[in-house]
Amino acid sequence: MAFGRNERVRFSKIYSLSCFRPSTRDEHGQIGQKGYSRVVYCNDPDNLEAVQLRYRGNYVSTTKYTAVNFIPKSLFEQFRRVANIYFLVVACVSFSPLAPFRASSILFPLLVVIGATMAKEGVEDWRRRKQDIKANNRKIHVYRDRSFSERKWKDLRVGDLVKVYKDEYFPADLLLLSSSYPDGICYVETMNLDGETNLKLKHAFDFTASLNDDNSFHQFKAVVKCEDPNEDLYSFIGSLNYNNDPHPLSLQQILLRDSKLRNTEYIYGVVIFTGHDTKVMQNATDPPSKRSKIERRMDKIIYILFSTLISISFIGSIFFGLRTHRDLNQGSYKRWYLEPSRTTVLYDPKRPVLAAFLHFLTGLMLYGYLIPISLYVSIEMVKVLQSIFINQDQDMYHEETNRPARARTSNLNEELGQVDTVLSDKTGTLTCNSMEFVKCSIAGVSYGRGMTEVELALVKRKNIEQLDAAGNTSNISDGHTVKSGKSIKGFNFSDERIMDGQWVNEPNSDIIQKFFRVLSICHTAIPDVNKDTGELSYEAESPDEAAFVIAAREVGFEFFQRTQTSIYLHECENGKKVDRSYELLNMIEFSSARKRMSVIVRNAENQLILLCKGADSVMFEKLSKESQPFEDQTKNHINKYAEAGLRTLVIAYRPLDEEEYKAWKEEFLSAKTSVSNDRDNLVDAATEKIERDLILLGATAVEDKLQKGVPECIEKLADAGIKIWVLTGDKMETAINIGYACHLLAQGMKQIVITLDSPDINALGKLGDREAITKASRESIEKQLREGRSQLESAKSSSALIIDGRSLAYALDKNLESLFLRLATDCSSVICCRSSPKQKALVTKMVKEGTRKTTLAIGDGANDVGMLQEADIGVGISGAEGMQAVMASDFAIAQFRFLERLLLVHGHWCYRRIAMMICYFFYKNIAFGFTLFWFEAHASFSGQPAYNDWYMSFYNVFFTSLPVIALGVFDQDVSARLCLKYPRLYQEGVQNILFNWPRILGWMFNGVLSSMIIFFICKNSTIHQAFREDGHVIDYEILGVLMYTCVVWAVNCQMALSINYFTWIQHFFIWGSIFFWYVFLVIYGYLKPKWSTTAYRVFVEACAPSPFYWMTTFLVVASTLLPYFLYRAFQTRFHPMYHDEIQRRRSEGCEAVTPGELPGRVKDKMNHLSERMKHSHREI
Amino acid sequence: MNSNPSTPMNAHAPSSSSGGAGSPDSNTPRRNSKRPKYSRFTQQELPACKPILTPKWVISAFMLVTIVFIPIGLTTLFASRDVVEIIDRYDNACVPGSKSQKVQHIQSATSNKTCIRSLTVRKRMKQPIYVYYQLDNFYQNHRRYVKSRSDQQLRNRGDENDTSTCKPENEANGMTIVPCGLVAWSLFNDTYSLSTSNSQLTINKRHISWKSDRDEKFGSEVYPKNFQNGGLIGGGRLNESIPLNEQEDLIVWMRTAALPTFRKLYGKIEVDIEAGETINVVVENRYNTYSFSGKKKLVLSTTSWLGGKNNFIGIAYLAVGGLCFLLATTFTIIYLVKPRHLGDPTYLSWNRNPGGH
Repeated sequence: MAFGRNERVRFSKIYSLSCFRPSTRDEHGQIGQKGYSRVVYCNDPDNLEAVQLRYRGNYVSTTKYTAVNFIPKSLFEQFRRVANIYFLVVACVSFSPLAPFRASSILFPLLVVIGATMAKEGVEDWRRRKQDIKANNRKIHVYRDRSFSERKWKDLRVGDLVKVYKDEYFPADLLLLSSSYPDGICYVETMNLDGETNLKLKHAFDFTASLNDDNSFHQFKAVVKCEDPNEDLYSFIGSLNYNNDPHPLSLQQILLRDSKLRNTEYIYGVVIFTGHDTKVMQNATDPPSKRSKIERRMDKIIYILFSTLISISFIGSIFFGLRTHRDLNQGSYKRWYLEPSRTTVLYDPKRPVLAAFLHFLTGLMLYGYLIPISLYVSIEMVKVLQSIFINQDQDMYHEETNRPARARTSNLNEELGQVDTVLSDKTGTLTCNSMEFVKCSIAGVSYGRGMTEVELALVKRKNIEQLDAAGNTSNISDGHTVKSGKSIKGFNFSDERIMDGQWVNEPNSDIIQKFFRVLSICHTAIPDVNKDTGELSYEAESPDEAAFVIAAREVGFEFFQRTQTSIYLHECENGKKVDRSYELLNMIEFSSARKRMSVIVRNAENQLILLCKGADSVMFEKLSKESQPFEDQTKNHINKYAEAGLRTLVIAYRPLDEEEYKAWKEEFLSAKTSVSNDRDNLVDAATEKIERDLILLGATAVEDKLQKGVPECIEKLADAGIKIWVLTGDKMETAINIGYACHLLAQGMKQIVITLDSPDINALGKLGDREAITKASRESIEKQLREGRSQLESAKSSSALIIDGRSLAYALDKNLESLFLRLATDCSSVICCRSSPKQKALVTKMVKEGTRKTTLAIGDGANDVGMLQEADIGVGISGAEGMQAVMASDFAIAQFRFLERLLLVHGHWCYRRIAMMICYFFYKNIAFGFTLFWFEAHASFSGQPAYNDWYMSFYNVFFTSLPVIALGVFDQDVSARLCLKYPRLYQEGVQNILFNWPRILGWMFNGVLSSMIIFFICKNSTIHQAFREDGHVIDYEILGVLMYTCVVWAVNCQMALSINYFTWIQHFFIWGSIFFWYVFLVIYGYLKPKWSTTAYRVFVEACAPSPFYWMTTFLVVASTLLPYFLYRAFQTRFHPMYHDEIQRRRSEGCEAVTPGELPGRVKDKMNHLSERMKHSHREI
Repeated sequence: MNSNPSTPMNAHAPSSSSGGAGSPDSNTPRRNSKRPKYSRFTQQELPACKPILTPKWVISAFMLVTIVFIPIGLTTLFASRDVVEIIDRYDNACVPGSKSQKVQHIQSATSNKTCIRSLTVRKRMKQPIYVYYQLDNFYQNHRRYVKSRSDQQLRNRGDENDTSTCKPENEANGMTIVPCGLVAWSLFNDTYSLSTSNSQLTINKRHISWKSDRDEKFGSEVYPKNFQNGGLIGGGRLNESIPLNEQEDLIVWMRTAALPTFRKLYGKIEVDIEAGETINVVVENRYNTYSFSGKKKLVLSTTSWLGGKNNFIGIAYLAVGGLCFLLATTFTIIYLVKPRHLGDPTYLSWNRNPGGH
């Protein structure tokens, strides 16, 4: 496999000069101590000592259960729910004579419910298991018996020597020994670990890098001593003992499981951690499970029902005790037919208190139907189905990235309908995070005619102002971007002064030349020539960087090759294309602390130059104190660019002389190779020395384009009454302008700006007295907050709050938090700029806890993870920045604009469905449970159930469960189109008006009312007389069937009355449930009396031929529906809810499709078609 | 990463972007598209009817109920009016005295329990005339009582000893009781013999029970045994030579009543009785309802197509129908007096309630 070894460049050279950061703490001394005790015998897993260590194998299991523990463990999980424990206890007690019904009839529904949930768990776990099996059986080349052979991943042992080929995944955490490159480097993609798609470079030790042949490992033996398994992906501490020489290991030599080998033919490595010890597995924790507000309230309702249950049992037992006590009257027994003289303790009139207590327990079982046993499992099923609808929504599918929306958790669906505040990241969320080079300022002249979306918005604003002022109309689209013929990704620059080689005619052409040279040399991108087309593309670590290299290429400085020591450009010189090479001496990498990067090159003329690009905040300080002729203009331009929503970088250079460079190089190298703790400081100090006295060239401006549909979406969300906070790391000006561009800020909005960028604070800052600054800052913030408050009160229009990161730090302080929150919640939009990831999470937490309303955080990057996890709902944008945000999110969508549909349509529907479903669930169980109670009152509270055992068991399982599930899955008050047209509808969820206490209690009351109507009509219509022509009278069995029929009808018809959306599914379930009751009754009645007991032939023989039976059913149904119908009729007339209004408009035809307006779906389809046409054109 | 306006080159860097038009990713989805399949079901666009409560609907619904219910109510009331029912409470009349005297009298084995009642027929009674006894305050639905029986034993001769559920009336003198349990033990045993002025009225006791009970629940092989032989005598005795499935009084009694006030079929009179006739009833008043202050009534009743005399259901139908009529009128008036403007825009505008809360 030695071919091509030397074809590739020794990239390591470039990188080895840069500041790779090994573990910052010097912890190698701890090896061998606690926490650092792992010993790995490389290439010697059969070593006696290695065997004794008994490290885990590479078998991985991510399942929650195993075949053995599935039943006990999942049962345990089930019975952590209070309601289920109750039912379990009831089932156990039901074997005692206390039970009012047969044990089997109690056990059956419990088993169905538990079984359904367990089946769901089992299926989920089975899927995980299948994935595990796939992972465990992947093949890997392992060195055994002096040769490499294919083995399964799961058979890998610690200390094994493995060979991994290009584009294969690493089976375990490996120590890199050597690679196909002679210097032992390799590229790794860590997408599965941290979601970063850029390639990372790993580097083997020089002395192992030579072992790059299958045959060179016969004699290879080494011992690794390192840290114990831990979850820290970004550090590794250990040492490699090779030839009795210890060498400190760092993350540079470690290849983590589940990352992928890229751009490298193969590598050799030694297994260090296997299976669950690997870093990725140590990191695998379940996302924090969140519970929705509705579910939390539901628990409270369950408690209410429990108290109702206890109190009616108590009432029953008191009456029972009294009746039992009275049976013994002055020595003689009253109700002799009960034989109280020979009774058991349950009915003993001599011990009425004890009998009453035992009866209380019976009552708890009997009225258990108040607690809806199937509620949890029904809700879970409904939510899973709802999330399928979310996943399947075509309107949330993004064609370009081929990503549909995904509900990662299903237990927050209804929470989506209650979002009060959306906290959004900016880059990648509101914007595309694909950078386009738009403008630059060179030598004080601004180039670039392109217009950014922000600028368009600005122009629009100004125009409106002018319109207001002068009433003159001007066409704003004039200023729109003049697009060149071909569009190039990352490049949206057009200026005839520079393009097509015209720059040479500019007055400062030498500076322009230097400027673009910096762009084409000072970067870490790697050119990639497509062999088929000859097209040149760049692999860069960030889109900004790619944009620069592309810009330089388009202007005429084409970076086309990179070797370990040089960078090669095609340059235009005097109209000719010439190749130039630059010897790359040093690269000082970018870091977020330094905010700049530099390279030191030697050009063909043997001149040493330092090329540097960086953020304006640091770069201007580094400029030479001497004349910078266009510093002011450049600053001016930078501000303008920032206002236009662009990201700016300052470009500068500095010629070096040989002597200085030599001296510096020594120092830099020694700093880098030092092993002391302040190594980083030394390196920093060294770089400071060379990055000074720079000569300004200009500045670049890169646009991060707004995503499609963002302004419209934000407008819609604002219309829905959702508050939107943007938390961004950008500069205030950029943030404000983005705010305008995406309609977060509107003209005429009062802006309350809170910043610490005032002269006094800055003056204090210069003095450097930390305490004074803190004090002054806090006071300033407090003053500004109070002022903002008074401004807000006096302002007529809506206001926006803009606060920067430094101020935010103080505003989030305990003392000011409430003041800040009050101010912020009264503003219609809030922008926090320059905020850190931590601050984002803190703000989210503050809003969540301060307002006690539902918050939704949306973001796409790793820096948003904290925010996503903190918020009630985290929505990840599955965009360009890897999957980390998505992994931490509850819902993943491809574009910000889908949030509109996710919230206003799915959120609204799900909220409504779940709220109605729960209310209805309580209704139906109360309606049923209370009929039992009324019957008890007529059976001297003896605990005799009114119905046959099996009717009762099937109540929640068959006769009433499917319609309610259909409601939970399919009901919609208004169509998706109207949801979007009337965003205010969303407020029904935010204000929780469908699940507030009056409504819940109203439904409960309706349940009690229904039960009373059912019982008393049934009782009074049949009390004495014959119920058929043939003189038969009603007995216990028949009354039970009659009442039960009424309950089934009433409950299902009530459902039919309260749903808004009748498809065949609803019809099928509702009428089917009623029909099924009769079918059941007939079938059950035909079983032998041994099985059917009281139900034997009861329907066919007794009920069906009786007109009374049918008439009573009919009367009961009408009467039970009347209260709710009446309520709804009055309510829609006098106090209509918003959805009532919309429904009314729809039914009156106001919402009919006007000729000009196609229905949403058709329109979408048309759009989709035309988009596809465009696509295919482009492909051609 | 956006905490930093400049190029982030190491931390959380986005995907390696490449120059040139169209990234390689965007070409692949065509082959392996994850676009959700379109179906009206998954897009939640199934054809549906969406009923809403417009005034028209509300009023018509109420009117519909009115139109349907009032005729039904009237029909039932008429049917019920045609039924002739004679009720005679005889427990107090037959045994005078205080409660304890009554109890003593009824429990005494020697006292004369025959009691004569005469009933006047006000309206012609067409055959079949059903004879019922009605007990009040008798909890046949008491859990202890309901459970105290053995269905197996009643059905099968072989299961004679299956009496565990019958306690305490499962055995007497060391032998199992057939039929066992409190229900059978407390068998009602008052008897009536009826006669008009000119003839004896035969009471047909055949087929007063449910057919399924006779056929399936009570065995033809099972004979009463050791019944009412214990220390405590409950109610009636049974003829040990007749199988259970022919003991229809027992079968009727053992079909437990739902409520503490109940009637049970005693027999049928299969001749018409003219109006104005007097029926003489000889009651053998043996059953003890005095201990628990229960009433005993003898009921003679004809039936209509609907059943016995029952005004409740007719009145209830009329009441619901009437209420709906009232509501329909009310709503009509409301809508006429204060019609709602069509598509009132203020209701839909955001401005009506700025901020939405």
